Amino acid sequence: MIAFLIKRLMHAVLVMFVISVLAFAIQDNLGDPIQQMVGQSVPESEREALRERLGLNDSFMVQYVRFAKNAVQGDFGYSYFYREPALSVIARHLPATLELVFAATLIIVIFSVPIGVYSAIKPRSIISRFFMGVSIIGISIPVFLTAIVLIQIFAIGITVSIFPESTGWGAWLNGLFSTQGNMPSFGRGYDLVHVVGHWDTNLASWNGLKHLVLPAISLASIMLPLFIRLIRAEMMEVLQTEYVKYARAKGISMRRVYFVHALKNTMLPVITVGGVQIGTMVAYTILTETVFQWPGMGLMFLDAINRADIPLIVSYLMIVGVIFVVTNTIVDLIYGYVNPTVKLTGKPA
Amino acid sequence: MTLKKTLLASIIGATVAGGAMLPLTASAETLRIGYSADPETLDIHEQLSGGMLRFSHLAFDPLVRWTKDFDFEPRLATEWEQQDDTHMRMTLREGVTFHSGNEFTAKDVVWTIERLKESPDYKAIFEPIESAEAIDDYTVEITTTEPYPLMLNLATYIFPMDSQFYTGEAEGGGDKAEIVKAGNSFASRNVSGTGPFVLTDRRQGVRVDFERFEDYWDTESEGNVSSIVLTPIAENASRVAALLSGGVDFIDAVPPNDLERVREASGVDLFEVPGTRIIGFQLNEEQVEAFQDVRVRQAVDLAINQEGIADRLMRGFATPAGQFSPEGYSGHNPDLVPRYDLERAQELMAEAGYEDGFSVDMIAPNNRYVNDAQIAQAVANMLSRINIQVNLRTMPLAQYWPEYDTRQSDIAMLGWHSDTEDTANFFQYLSFCIDDETGAGQYNYGNYCNEEIDALVTEADSITDLEQRNEMLREAEAMLYEDAGFIMLHWQNLAYAAAEGVDIEPVVNAIDFPYLGDLVINR
Repeated sequence: MIAFLIKRLMHAVLVMFVISVLAFAIQDNLGDPIQQMVGQSVPESEREALRERLGLNDSFMVQYVRFAKNAVQGDFGYSYFYREPALSVIARHLPATLELVFAATLIIVIFSVPIGVYSAIKPRSIISRFFMGVSIIGISIPVFLTAIVLIQIFAIGITVSIFPESTGWGAWLNGLFSTQGNMPSFGRGYDLVHVVGHWDTNLASWNGLKHLVLPAISLASIMLPLFIRLIRAEMMEVLQTEYVKYARAKGISMRRVYFVHALKNTMLPVITVGGVQIGTMVAYTILTETVFQWPGMGLMFLDAINRADIPLIVSYLMIVGVIFVVTNTIVDLIYGYVNPTVKLTGKPA
Repeated sequence: MTLKKTLLASIIGATVAGGAMLPLTASAETLRIGYSADPETLDIHEQLSGGMLRFSHLAFDPLVRWTKDFDFEPRLATEWEQQDDTHMRMTLREGVTFHSGNEFTAKDVVWTIERLKESPDYKAIFEPIESAEAIDDYTVEITTTEPYPLMLNLATYIFPMDSQFYTGEAEGGGDKAEIVKAGNSFASRNVSGTGPFVLTDRRQGVRVDFERFEDYWDTESEGNVSSIVLTPIAENASRVAALLSGGVDFIDAVPPNDLERVREASGVDLFEVPGTRIIGFQLNEEQVEAFQDVRVRQAVDLAINQEGIADRLMRGFATPAGQFSPEGYSGHNPDLVPRYDLERAQELMAEAGYEDGFSVDMIAPNNRYVNDAQIAQAVANMLSRINIQVNLRTMPLAQYWPEYDTRQSDIAMLGWHSDTEDTANFFQYLSFCIDDETGAGQYNYGNYCNEEIDALVTEADSITDLEQRNEMLREAEAMLYEDAGFIMLHWQNLAYAAAEGVDIEPVVNAIDFPYLGDLVINR
């Protein structure tokens, strides 16, 4: 176990190293940060002086070594735009993103397990078919569009008038499909509850939760269909296995067979995929956060790219690399716990 | 009876007076703003940008400011007088205090001008000013190196800073007055101005909070906004949605695709203002020999349908241009209009011996100006009709400028806003013969050079008789038009939208700095 964790730690360092080299290698293609830091009429000599001060004129090797030297001491450089250390900028934006990912994960777990299991047990029922159909649509709609549609329906509101208003049923249907809106469409709201350090939470106030709902749903919309299908497929497979048939033959109640015997084994691959996907979700937050102006890491990263804020970009990529390593490590630990036949060692099996 | 009447009259009088007083004192209104960007820093001299100038108009006051019709309105300067060719005296407003409680006097103005001359971004603009001197507490004399007609234009950029507040050693070393680009200076984190709003909280990229300044000098102003919450919302669709859903009261930069939607939505009003930023193309005479021929340049100009682009591509959200200066500018020449004429363009190409045309590269940004990439595409198609085959590359802003600076492409797109709100600035940066020594023609991508125009504009810039000067600038515009030295497209409009009852019409202007101190909200 200890050996395993140490090995993973080495992984994390290696990942950070590779990412930092890559990020530095592409920085010339990210554009010129100077142009956006000065007014249009600033003469070239001033620009050159600024470039020199920021060390942008040095060769790749010189810049990288300088960066690496500071980085091992925990200094990832200064963000050009925020005018403070890149790490503290990220630390400030991290809680918002983690809360969003957490809320989306919660939605995914709450909906995907029952729906997946149900449609595995009753694959031919109308409800199962409906969910399967919807999930196909869900997978194919980009998160950007989902978010805009959610905003239109629940934040701005829509008025439906396709049914004849004069008839009772028409008016009723019109009313049914029209929405009031009034859900918040952007940001985290103004009454966040302060927890500790940089962490203000959305989870502890009604207004905060309201702000969280739409972004969380649109972030979840990408992964939810995937998980429903995954759980369904795994469950159907497990239901065909000998031990399930045997348990059934023994006369154990079906509920126990489904939810204790079968589900446990269904979840093994789901956990593996899930861990990786949660990491991926951090990447998807870039789109969701942009649409909802959610002040998290994704929005920060996109802005940083537009501004060619190189220290911030490099730090973000390294941090995300670490997040991937950490989630994978946790997944492996859980996996070992759920399936005791898996041994965590420092050596390849 | 008489007594009764008098009594009645006085009661009515009191009620009316009370009613009139109401908007000034009674209502406390919060304005929630969704701008496309928030101020980059709190140091107003660190960066010259639209976002920073908007911030300057909230937390500071300029000496004078532009009205909607490009006149000057006194703010912290109440009177001004040109003493002789190179000296101007300004009388300052008395009884003005800074947010810190310090009193505003002439020494703050002198201090601010000296700081502007140190600022990398403002240095070039304030070059003509030699020095400023406090004659007494409320009189400043500004000396220019040469006769300079645009002193008042510059005064719109002088937002007096609290010299006492910004003097001394900052915590952790360094001078409080220091201007550090993209650094962590005292002035980039602390602010004390005279403006209508005091900054109370700021989380960069997330929100900025302001409260109305209790001791604000302009008690005449009817503005009743008591606090401001500014949220930057960069994504166009999200900004519009935030307004439509009632999350914010006021947004800037409504994208052309959403204009119709916002106009028809209930509960919100759309306000369009003709802008002053010229969008156009520059032909690189270094790279393409043909562009040195005036006939070819004219042909390019004639082949482009400015009206069509403004109409269809921009959906009326632009004013087609035949010159640099928009209406209201000193050098605006009403005779110079777009001259789309495809047949004539083809003839000119034939006359110049390029009947069969040639092929060129073109670069354009894709996230800088409204519909920039689409405009470039449309222009490329139009040029193919005079047999100029265009190979277009569009790229994001951060990559566009380095590419632009190399001057390796044959045609480049550029938008330009005159920092001085004056005609000469366009020429100096965009069409003057390149001179690395003086910085002239810094954005003259194509190396276009017409010394006659340069001489005319330079002469105009040393004449303090504004009538005569304007005449010369109009002449310069006409010469450039004839020479097709810059391919003009249009001036990009500005569009704001606000919730009903937020009366922004009187406070928005072509310069894109809403004067929110004077905003009246009647919900």
